Amino acid sequence: MKKNEFKNIALDGLARQNPVFRLILGTCPTLALSTAVLNGIGMGVAVIFVLVFSNLIISLLRSVIPDKVRIPAFIMVIATFVTIVDMTVAKYLPDLYSSLGVYLPLIVVNCIILGRAESFASSNKPVAAIFDGLFMGCGYTLALVLMCTVREILGAGSFLGIKLWDFSIPFFSKSAGAFLTYGLLLCAFNVIYNAVVKARKKKLYGDYMKEKYADISTEEVQA
Amino acid sequence: MNIFTIIIGAVFVNNFILVKFLGICPFLGVSKKTDSALGMGVAVIFVMTLASLITYVLDKWLLSAYGLEFLQTIVFIFVIAALVQIVEMIIKKISPTLYNALGVYLPLITTNCAILGVALLLVTGEVYGVMINNLFEAVLYGLFAGVGFTLALFLMSGLRQKVDSLPLPKVLKGFPITLITASLMAMAFAVFA
Repeated sequence: MKKNEFKNIALDGLARQNPVFRLILGTCPTLALSTAVLNGIGMGVAVIFVLVFSNLIISLLRSVIPDKVRIPAFIMVIATFVTIVDMTVAKYLPDLYSSLGVYLPLIVVNCIILGRAESFASSNKPVAAIFDGLFMGCGYTLALVLMCTVREILGAGSFLGIKLWDFSIPFFSKSAGAFLTYGLLLCAFNVIYNAVVKARKKKLYGDYMKEKYADISTEEVQA
Repeated sequence: MNIFTIIIGAVFVNNFILVKFLGICPFLGVSKKTDSALGMGVAVIFVMTLASLITYVLDKWLLSAYGLEFLQTIVFIFVIAALVQIVEMIIKKISPTLYNALGVYLPLITTNCAILGVALLLVTGEVYGVMINNLFEAVLYGLFAGVGFTLALFLMSGLRQKVDSLPLPKVLKGFPITLITASLMAMAFAVFA
């Protein structure tokens, strides 16, 4: 695998195609589990595990799976790994298991995993697919932990379960607070992302060429 | 009495979208127009009711009866995927008008976490504090969870048509403002809790 390809996969997962902030996929657990940072980390690790292994298996089987039944085949592979995670967490981490609740088996229908299987793993080599799964999963986990941090500090006045101060706004641990936090973080991410892309565009094409290339879309610059 | 608890609980108190965050993807994706929101809603009610019936029966008489509970996730998602496919074929044959209205939304339902979520919750015998004792109550809960889903989707689509035409900063347009609107709706639904 070339260095450039690796860099592209990493950047895609962490920023350019971040599942939470750019693609708006896998939103249900992001909203539901972001009341405590520990939940977010647990969920993130579970998603990384499922994503890496399902990407690997699907990539290995990409020439075997018939095109017409590929979606059911992908779902079966994903469901198998989700069951493994579900049973492992139930046995060794019962506290985490009860706080993740129904969202742990629901990783099966998480759009990120099926989305990566369909758009990346089914048309790339195993090594690239593993890295894609790893970085997509990390991008998801980072976004989820960010969301959890904001909500836990504001909503409960604590971080990682450790009490910071007595001040708290319970609104942020309620469902309405989840939607509001996500909306505002998304807005903040857009502001930063647009600024970075704009700066890059300026660096690439120079200030004096600005008018000439004004119609170049952001996608082309990213590529 | 339990029937009343199930209906109010499924539609308002534990509304799947606004309180329990199940099925957010279609909520954000298909709420741009009232027509498509209603189409999606009807398709979800239909599949959710059938899925509750079939998965509850399968679990009661096959999986739980023979100690195969660990297969729940795999079996249920397979049943739902097959169900969506069959429903699509039947509707296509019986009513082409309905098929044209629902057609595009049906395949999307397979990956709607509200459907698998309700199936997985019903077989535990208790959904968010509401006891589910028999097949009738399970199907009733599935039906009204679908109604609650449709209600939230329909209300959102109405609000969004107004919100999307407002002069907003570019960074707020689209998903951010939709999520903030959803936050206000969730506050309204929090009254029932």
